[in-house]
Amino acid sequence: MRITCPLCGPRDRREFYYYGAEAYLHRPAGDDAVAWDAYLHLRNNPAGETRDLWYHEAGCAQWLVVTRNTVSHSVSTVELVAERGAP
Amino acid sequence: MRIDGKGLIDRGSPVRFRFDGVEYDGFRGDTLASALLANGVKLVGRSFKYHRPRGVLTAGSEEPNALVEVIERGQQTPNVRATVQEVYDGLQARSQNRWPSLKYDLLAVNDLAAPFLSAGFYYKTFMWPRSFWEKLYEPMIRRAAGLGRLSGRHDQAVYEKAFAFCDLLVIGAGPTGLQAALTAARAGADVILADEDARMGGRLLSELEAIDGSPALEWVAAVLAELAALPNVRLMPRTTVTGAYDGGTYGALERVGLHLPEAADRPRECFWRIVAGQAVLAAGALERPIAFEDNDRPGILLASAVRSYVNRYGVAPGSRVAVFGNNDDARRTARDLMAAGIRVAALIDSRAGVSTDEDFPVYAGAVVSGTRGRLALDEITVQHANGTVQIAADCLAISGGWNPTLHLTCHMNGRPIWNDDLASFVPSRGAVPGLTAAGAANGAFGTAACLAEGQAAALAALQALGRVAKPAPLPVAEDFGYGLQPLWAVPGSGKAHGRAWLDFANDVTVKDVKLAAVENYASVEHMKRYTTQGMAPDQGKNSNIGALAVLADATGRGIPETGTTTYRPPFVPVPIAAMGAGGRGKGFAPQRLMTSHSASVALGAPMIEAGLWYRPSYFPRPGEATWREACDREVRMVRQVVGVCDVSTLGKIDIQGADAARFLDLVYTNTFSSLPVGRVRYGLMLREDGHVLDDGTTARLGDSHFLMTTTTAAAGLVMRHLDFIQQAFCADWDLRTISVTESWAQFAIAGPKARDLLAAVMDGPVVLPFMGCMDVQEQGVAARLFRISFSGEEGYEIAVPARYGEALFRDLLARAEVMGGGPYGMEALNVLRIEKGFITHAEIHGRTTAFDIGMEKMVAAKDCIGKAAARRPGLVGPAREQLVGLKPLADAPLTAGAHLYAPGAAASRDNDQGYVTSVCYSPTLESWLALAFLKDGRARLGESIRLVDPLRQIDVICTVCDPVFHDKEGKKLRA
Repeated sequence: MRITCPLCGPRDRREFYYYGAEAYLHRPAGDDAVAWDAYLHLRNNPAGETRDLWYHEAGCAQWLVVTRNTVSHSVSTVELVAERGAP
Repeated sequence: MRIDGKGLIDRGSPVRFRFDGVEYDGFRGDTLASALLANGVKLVGRSFKYHRPRGVLTAGSEEPNALVEVIERGQQTPNVRATVQEVYDGLQARSQNRWPSLKYDLLAVNDLAAPFLSAGFYYKTFMWPRSFWEKLYEPMIRRAAGLGRLSGRHDQAVYEKAFAFCDLLVIGAGPTGLQAALTAARAGADVILADEDARMGGRLLSELEAIDGSPALEWVAAVLAELAALPNVRLMPRTTVTGAYDGGTYGALERVGLHLPEAADRPRECFWRIVAGQAVLAAGALERPIAFEDNDRPGILLASAVRSYVNRYGVAPGSRVAVFGNNDDARRTARDLMAAGIRVAALIDSRAGVSTDEDFPVYAGAVVSGTRGRLALDEITVQHANGTVQIAADCLAISGGWNPTLHLTCHMNGRPIWNDDLASFVPSRGAVPGLTAAGAANGAFGTAACLAEGQAAALAALQALGRVAKPAPLPVAEDFGYGLQPLWAVPGSGKAHGRAWLDFANDVTVKDVKLAAVENYASVEHMKRYTTQGMAPDQGKNSNIGALAVLADATGRGIPETGTTTYRPPFVPVPIAAMGAGGRGKGFAPQRLMTSHSASVALGAPMIEAGLWYRPSYFPRPGEATWREACDREVRMVRQVVGVCDVSTLGKIDIQGADAARFLDLVYTNTFSSLPVGRVRYGLMLREDGHVLDDGTTARLGDSHFLMTTTTAAAGLVMRHLDFIQQAFCADWDLRTISVTESWAQFAIAGPKARDLLAAVMDGPVVLPFMGCMDVQEQGVAARLFRISFSGEEGYEIAVPARYGEALFRDLLARAEVMGGGPYGMEALNVLRIEKGFITHAEIHGRTTAFDIGMEKMVAAKDCIGKAAARRPGLVGPAREQLVGLKPLADAPLTAGAHLYAPGAAASRDNDQGYVTSVCYSPTLESWLALAFLKDGRARLGESIRLVDPLRQIDVICTVCDPVFHDKEGKKLRA
């Protein structure tokens, strides 16, 4: 598998650390236990497009949102987490 | 026998090798198989199940029979294909799966028992009585099972791994691959041409063909010379592309040193990871045999292999050769044999009505229905329209047609497509993104068609790469006819006593496949597993399709309806040693050494692993017999005098920016924006799910400049965590973080005389309050000084740029020795921190909260990572296991990992009250101590609890106490 880092270009996936779903970027405001439970634990397991977080640990240390297809394994977009703007 | 004047072997370079202890001659350019055939050796192995005598079947990596052990000085490699192994001077090979010898194999008795050993015999025979399985059947089967033997020793040989990148990867250097590579190379693309063979040219090396009116070999040589001269081309012979993976990544195995005598520094094999913009699969095709009774005798070869041995290796595989086929290649083989002066006993063509006008006997519309010969073929039985005839022959060439080598197109879940005209599967387009099959691998079997497809595939690849190239005139080549009429198994070959082999390697017969169908293992996947068809080292490369056709026939379905099993990587067996090259022993993980490493080793300190770091365990002194004696001494030394410890392995993260303090407030549970410059604060960090991630001290070096320390183990984890929080939640803040762990060497100085030792190395007294920090000059070097302690004594940590680390360490030790102090290691450090109740990752192991470790007061009113989740029901309250100290009532060793029970209660899971995380013998308190997590522990101080470690037979009553055993008020810290 190869990931095209927006800063470093196409790289082998061994350079990246996989974290989990993109949902981790949407931190709930407040204390609602149900919202926190969903944020921490509830995940879809899609056959198709998925968005998840990868860290270019052996590269530029940027967190990335990788949009890829779990069926075809194709990677469609790779975005910098930091460039999403303030949440 | 060698044929004079024929072949591409180097007759000027003779070599001597041994097979089963007998010395033979060969030439450079020979494979072990061709050299053995040249010496008249036909029997080379025994089959897996029935121990049938077997000879060479093929001339390539698909070989099912000729698997041998290659013996080198320190190495014994089983299941080496004699058809791939090149001979060299001193090569030693040995046949396998036989005892006592290849000619007299006692387990050949299995062949007589064959009626009881049909498909599924394991499941039928070894079921009853049930109790026999473990004691009798399984050990017995295990002894008989398996091909070849390993040396039983570690593989000490050198392997390599390497990475390569190109625009176009061409897989296979036959006519298709050469034309594809040439087209792309001339257009300026970076090309890698990988071929499994030692010599490039593919089938053209084995056929008598002309290209542009001259022998095809001349064209091959010209193309290779042009490619070799181009700077944008890399030729990789002896390199099998083994797998196709995501993103244009291919695995490939190069035989670097297997064709040469063993040399200490030469890698045996290299595993390549090749990243290609586009790829052309020009892997050719594999010939398939025809099933008929006793079709497995030594001397029976595939027709294409016979042509290879005759034309390429100059070897006559027999003196009276019969040829049997269902397509034009059979006649071609007979003609090649005639041209080489070898007697053709007969051509048996299963197609009725073909011409019989040849200089050798031709039987049209006939089949071979049986064979004779004990250890090699003597005679065949030919069945024709008017009856049967026995023909003497010592070699039989079979041609059942060709299967495109499409394996790589299936590696990403693609399924091949059945082509009725070719009676074979062909690759489905686009099954591997960027990979195009061309030539014989795509079902185009003629040379002219191969050249055309090779060019077309390269042009398409160039276009996909954004390059412009035009078709060039192609060389003129011949296209031989094919004219296949499918014949998978000779009719009647599945009858009661006769056996017609499909899978030679795993001894699967037509009868076995029919039996599977009868017993309702009618799905191809079930049949495969029931009969073990295609599950040998060759993975059924030339037998799977035949078995599938027999299954289709037995179940009354067509082949496309029956389907096919798919192919997974690797295409050929890949040694784990090659894939994991460099990962053996210490190569498994990098070693991180502190600047004090050699000084510690010189003092005799055993080094222990701490993550990737190596740290001294203890510093033994003369007269100390055990580590405990050294450890106890070092603990007393720190408590009474002064000790020095290298703490450089702790993670150090430099954090700067106007929003740095605000950031730390978000990261830590406690507040850092209130920390004055020149002060240090202990901080606790949670994961977002509310559990403790890490702890450590952070110093404020300036208004917008902090230095965070992490635990050794979590340094990388915390860096990643900080990057995530910053980039995900506060990307617009004015803030930068960077790891400076390796930039600084840092030493702890602890003990009542710490201040004196510091003054000695600093050329004067130092005044710094507890939890203070400052920049200092240490003998002219800009250094940082922190007053922090992990031992409970008055403690300082001095940090210097790493290049001064060793000098400072040696200086500190020399001055400490004079004062009665010295170095201390990890064992003493651990005892010192347990005595003080300081936690490590033994306690914050990922399932404990700030509440559990008694630090819930450190969770400030502000928001922080993990705060909301830490308050969820179940993460606080008396049901939680809380950090406590334990002391045995009577002096007795305690163990980490032990569980806690109420005294008198049975030591069972239901009664479990908690567990022990850290233990030590404390020379200070002269007692064993433990840190443990106990249900509602903080409310139970003073109670007795039973500590049980059933693994180490420990059962001790302890008193529950505060986790801080020593100097609870911290007077010594603040001295």
